[in-house]
Amino acid sequence: MIAGLYERLLDGVPRRALLLLGLLLIAMLVAPLLVDPYLLSILILVLYFAYTGQAWNVMMGFCGQLSLGHSLYVGLAAYTSAALYVHFQLPPTIGALAAISISMAFGAGIGFLAFRFGIGGTYFALLTIAFAEFTRVGFDHFAWVNGSGGFFLPVEQYTRNDVLNLRGRPVMFYYLLLALTVAAFVFCRWLLTGRIGYYWQAIREDQEAAQTLGINTFRYKMLAVLISSGMTALSGVFFAFYYNNLFPEQIFNISRSIELILGPIIGGLGSLFGPILGAFVLTLLAEGLYETLHGLGYDIPGIKHVFYGICLAAVIMYLPHGIWPPLRRKLGLETRQ
Amino acid sequence: MSDLLVVDGISKSFRGLRAVSRASLTVPKGGIVGLIGPNGAGKTTCFNMIAGVYKPDEGSVTLDGRRIDGLRPDLICHAGVGRTFQIVKPFKELTALDNVMVGALHTESDTRRAKREAEAVLDRLGMLEKRNQPAGQLTLPERKRLEVARALATKPRILLLDEVMAGLRPTETDQMVAVFRDLNQREGLTILLIEHVMRAVMALSQQVVVLHHGEVIARGDPQAVVRDPAVLECYLGEEAEI
Repeated sequence: MIAGLYERLLDGVPRRALLLLGLLLIAMLVAPLLVDPYLLSILILVLYFAYTGQAWNVMMGFCGQLSLGHSLYVGLAAYTSAALYVHFQLPPTIGALAAISISMAFGAGIGFLAFRFGIGGTYFALLTIAFAEFTRVGFDHFAWVNGSGGFFLPVEQYTRNDVLNLRGRPVMFYYLLLALTVAAFVFCRWLLTGRIGYYWQAIREDQEAAQTLGINTFRYKMLAVLISSGMTALSGVFFAFYYNNLFPEQIFNISRSIELILGPIIGGLGSLFGPILGAFVLTLLAEGLYETLHGLGYDIPGIKHVFYGICLAAVIMYLPHGIWPPLRRKLGLETRQ
Repeated sequence: MSDLLVVDGISKSFRGLRAVSRASLTVPKGGIVGLIGPNGAGKTTCFNMIAGVYKPDEGSVTLDGRRIDGLRPDLICHAGVGRTFQIVKPFKELTALDNVMVGALHTESDTRRAKREAEAVLDRLGMLEKRNQPAGQLTLPERKRLEVARALATKPRILLLDEVMAGLRPTETDQMVAVFRDLNQREGLTILLIEHVMRAVMALSQQVVVLHHGEVIARGDPQAVVRDPAVLECYLGEEAEI
């Protein structure tokens, strides 16, 4: 079974791609030893976007269901795990299970409403925004987690890393996120190479034709939403325990949803490496630009978002499938059949 | 021979326009039946009712004794009906092989075995060398063959073909005819086809049903049907010659 799994994951993957992936992984593993705290915080951001982008990609990239409200799952999971920790001293490693469940329950609710009543495309996207928005308003008045005043986790100077309680230094979060990103990458490869992956892509390309081939489109779209929202929940748990403060106005904001889908769109929708590449390119370039300007004595508020906008426009105009597909061709890393 | 598909008096109206009116037809097990008629006669609507896209306003569709009218398209596929679309619906971003694999995965959950099956089906339709091309880059005749391959890969008991010969050159039509005849004779595949290309209809069909203004106006042996004055008048035109 292990051998079969191994074969399935690696089927058609060029040796060179594996080698490059291995090198990238080694580079990421040793990076914290070489970089300063500021750069480490940037790398954490890169991994956060890579992982969350991958989770969103399951729904949109694989199955073609556009969610513009993924901040909902991040926020719900962040609040759930943080509240359980603060109010009941429940370690986030266990709280994560509750967080995943709640995110998936909301995902199931949205999916059921949309797919049962045939809401698709733009209207589906609007529905996802609506859910994120009214949850934000709800949390603004949710006294148990201090409403719009914000919810804070106790912080102290950490000398050791407590992984069980996610209390520790940034480097711990870095390795946790790296593990999550790698796991998500492998998991998504496994999904894509199985029946579910083929069915999702068929639904994405043409739902009517997919149904004619015996695919229960309702069930498979629901699975996409459930898996995507469950994966995104872990980003929320990370968010709560890394930043230690939560404001409904910020975490559920639509700009958060947009921010986390830029990586996969720019990297390459529906591809496995697209979200990772997109996260690197966007985050590093945006931070680099900001730092350069800052060094030159210019402080321009919102410059990052202007930059995101330019990137998005450029990619949509010149590389509608994202950066990764043409880059993959150039590197000779296309999968064989 | 017993009947595999029995369509009994199905009707469908769209906002008062009666597209199909009490149409009945039967397809015997292992048979090939051609459904012909002028544009707008209701042929595709008939197909869509059999394939589950529309629920008939009245009447019934039975596959091997089991009612299938009103079922969802995916359940109709499970029942053993495969179909192609007149306006082809390829999964454009997927390769030809992956397109057919989606069909093959219907009965075979192991992707490696499904892949081998898909390759065999592509080979049968002369599309194997195109397997790594994205479906969006195929020519129209190739896309038509891909539609057939994808439907065939689900291993249907009856295949509904909606104008798969349209746009093909005569030699390509003959090749397709040969493929269907082979599938029919060697594997006993039952086929119901809508077709405008009379060359294919005459070569393949054991029986022809003529639809006009949503009603069946003639049925029977292909040679006899095309000589039926009623058919000549309303379908082929009064002066038409075959």
